[in-house]
Amino acid sequence: MSNFFTDNEDLMFALDNLELEEVTALKEDDYKYAAEFPHAPVDFNDAIDNYRRVLTEIGDVTGERIEPRSRTVDAEGPHFEDGVVTYHPLTQANLRDLRNAGVMGVMLPHKYGGLNFPNTIYTMMTEMVSRADGSLQNLFGLQDISETIYEFGDEEQKDRYLPGFASGEYDGSMDLTEPDSGSDLQSVRLKATQDPKTGQWHLDGMKRFITNGCAKVHLVLARSEEGTSDGRGLSMFICESCPELVVRRIEDKMGIHGVATCELQYNHVPAQLCGQRKRGLTKYVMSLMNGARVAIAGQALGIAEAAYREARKYAAEREQFKQTIDKFPAIYDMLARMKVKTVAARTLLYHTTKVVDLRQGYTHIVEHAKDAAAIPQEARAAQKKYSKLAAVLTPMSKAYCTEIANQVAYDGIQIHGGTGFMRDFNAERYYRDARITNIYEGTTQLQVVAAIGGVIQRVLEPTYDELAALPYDGALDRMTSKLADMRTKLGEAVEFVKARKDSDYQNLMARALVEMEIYVLVGYLMTRDALKDRRREALAEKFVIDAEPEFEARRLLAMSGDNTTIDRHWEITEY
Amino acid sequence: MGYTILVFVKQVPDTQNITGEAMKPDGTVNRAALPAIFNPEDLNALELGLQLKERFGAKLIVGTMGPPNAAEVLRESLYRGADSTILLTDRAFAGADTLATSYALSKCAEKIGNFDLILCGRQAIDGDTAQVGPQLAEKLALPQIAYVEDVESLSKKKIRARRSIEGGYEVVEGPLPCLLTVVEANEPRPANAKNIMRRKKSMTRSELRKAHADANYTDAEMLVDEEEKLKAKGLWIEELSAADVGAEESRIGLKGSPTKVKQIESVVLRGADFKRIDPSEDGINALMHELIEDHTLG
Ligand SMILES: Cc1cc2nc3c(=O)[nH]c(=O)nc-3n(C[C@H](O)[C@H](O)[C@H](O)COP(=O)(O)OP(=O)(O)OC[C@H]3O[C@@H](n4cnc5c(N)ncnc54)[C@H](O)[C@@H]3O)c2cc1C
Repeated sequence: MSNFFTDNEDLMFALDNLELEEVTALKEDDYKYAAEFPHAPVDFNDAIDNYRRVLTEIGDVTGERIEPRSRTVDAEGPHFEDGVVTYHPLTQANLRDLRNAGVMGVMLPHKYGGLNFPNTIYTMMTEMVSRADGSLQNLFGLQDISETIYEFGDEEQKDRYLPGFASGEYDGSMDLTEPDSGSDLQSVRLKATQDPKTGQWHLDGMKRFITNGCAKVHLVLARSEEGTSDGRGLSMFICESCPELVVRRIEDKMGIHGVATCELQYNHVPAQLCGQRKRGLTKYVMSLMNGARVAIAGQALGIAEAAYREARKYAAEREQFKQTIDKFPAIYDMLARMKVKTVAARTLLYHTTKVVDLRQGYTHIVEHAKDAAAIPQEARAAQKKYSKLAAVLTPMSKAYCTEIANQVAYDGIQIHGGTGFMRDFNAERYYRDARITNIYEGTTQLQVVAAIGGVIQRVLEPTYDELAALPYDGALDRMTSKLADMRTKLGEAVEFVKARKDSDYQNLMARALVEMEIYVLVGYLMTRDALKDRRREALAEKFVIDAEPEFEARRLLAMSGDNTTIDRHWEITEY
Repeated sequence: MGYTILVFVKQVPDTQNITGEAMKPDGTVNRAALPAIFNPEDLNALELGLQLKERFGAKLIVGTMGPPNAAEVLRESLYRGADSTILLTDRAFAGADTLATSYALSKCAEKIGNFDLILCGRQAIDGDTAQVGPQLAEKLALPQIAYVEDVESLSKKKIRARRSIEGGYEVVEGPLPCLLTVVEANEPRPANAKNIMRRKKSMTRSELRKAHADANYTDAEMLVDEEEKLKAKGLWIEELSAADVGAEESRIGLKGSPTKVKQIESVVLRGADFKRIDPSEDGINALMHELIEDHTLG
């Protein structure tokens, strides 16, 4: 019997220690919904109890049902014939189970039939689903698009689509990427034209790499302003599957085999505008992508968890030189690093989701207030604060979780030796599945682009002030002095890079700076958590010990002031 | 809402995941050492009931006989979509064999009355007798279809069901009301999040009393008040005693159970010598002969 919630001490630690009182009160509007909806919680304890029970149920569904199906799903995948995608029967069974479990509208408000759970709890589900079957998360995660309709759609659209998403009757896709527009979505070309007489919009053009492009409901980024060529000429549209929307093919991929990645052709597809014209990319897609980035971070974390566990189990059983291999320093160090990275990623991710929840809660108060004058000053200040934090934490989490997932899956194979290279074991699947996570929803390079501004502006300094002020002692005190030193050095490196006033140099060093920030932040968060549970002290210590030389290498790079790469990369690559 | 369907379920010790000593020295099951779970085939019966509800419209009432904490399987049923539940509990029911159990359940079914179908799991993993369902049908003078995999059609007058038989299945028809025992042929759905959040607060009268006692709070009027509130919210688990269902004392519990367990033996099947059979007509004929003589076949 495996339950992916109750067998995961670190995940349960997160739920118990995140202090979600404020998040939950915002989400439940001070528990007013309880009067109207019989399942809505009456107070914080009731809410947390709900979360725990539902997570336990999903732990059971993922551990007992979904995971055992995952090998076959990976080996056989969906079927495509005559323009029709048919998911594998076991994928269909997975979706049926998730629908019956009632978790296809996790964050949607009660009013539309959703559970009204915070992003934090939804991400915990994401993680478990991904641990069981990385590819299934892509289908589970597309419930995010109903969130976007909720945020930006009009009342009619909300009534039309949201209940169907909450019940799991509708599935969705987000259609952004085109053959010539990947990272650079400003250049999207798919054309949206409006019939001047009827006002009806139509879409014409191509999209590619669209996850679940066979969905019933599509959110589409399209060029509504003729003659424009940048992001300000783009709007967001909703359309439904119809004969004019053709799935041309599905991709043959390295990983996440269970889900169909489609090439779509739009032949004058009728569509509705969602939100205001021209704000498609600048506001709505940015918001959609931020949500999806958190989800992909969760997906990566789930795959890392699975990869670590397989490796840990294998190392305890495999004997060489008359002992199990986990007794060799090279192996136990690798295992410890895998574990610490996974825990570190989880720590960062749920720190992020909590901030995302707070931002959303306060944004809701500010933007949906009936009387703008009545909005409390504190709510406005909180919205500003958490928006700024979320803007830097989200890309940092996406970058860190997806990169460590690749490292953990890579080491997972290494620990298996030759066995890890064979299809008979799960290790190679985790490696293949992890590989997409640092590409889609913006590559790591693009996450760095998104995060660097906040790093340069030292947005996290107030967070460090709070974390540094906690009463550490003993080993934890030693760790925090190291971290305090690293924090100072990071500030110096940022100043150094800024002072050069050279955008090439800053772009080149951006990744080093963002990663230095991650080491300091996660180091502090893990040390703080060790205060709450002393058994986590060794984890924090190992993280900081391993982080030090990594941090230092990046610091040397950023402070080098060396222009060789910028000036001579051409000579190098063209030799 | 067309039909009324009763599903009888049982809380059983989890014999698949044994922790500690499963048997007491006296040969009875040590329930304390085993986690209590929903009997697996009863989940199949419940699933079939839920599917019938979705297909034909029905009210689904789930009942169980057991100790007070058997209310847990009733809540589990509510999480999956049952409409209401009944806990048949009484010290006098304790120690029941299949005869006494089916008698008690028959009294419970009579008390509920007006049902179209009764669904039971084929058998419980703690006894493996597969007797309670059929005995219950006999006591209620109902037609029964055992080993049901699925229902093909249902109308006010009759039901057509597919039942598993050795090497295949057969389709049979029967009049309503009727009792079905259900085999592991469907995949029971998981608990539903919204039902969990709402129905976790369901209580029996004993549980409500206990909650009050724990809070050092014993105002009788308040108790009645809260009971009414829970009922209004659909959060009441009806609790019935032997007297409530009019069960005769001599026919329930240990008193009503003629079965006596003399001894329990753990039989471990072991491979012995092997025998080479010539892969020819003659060889196979000889083998068949031997098996028939052995009474293994025939
Ligand atoms: C399996 C799969 C599923 C997908 N699902 C969807 C989906 O559902 N919906 C959707 O709209 N899209 C989807 N995509 C598309 C995905 O989001 C893009 O592939 C991704 O954003 C990268 O774009 P690209 O492939 O065009 O690469 P490019 O943008 O061409 O990037 C190539 C390389 O250049 C780098 N690069 C580009 N710009 C910069 C820069 N400014 N600074 C530094 N480096 C840069 C990138 O990091 C990368 O290393 C999916 C892709 C895959 C593979």
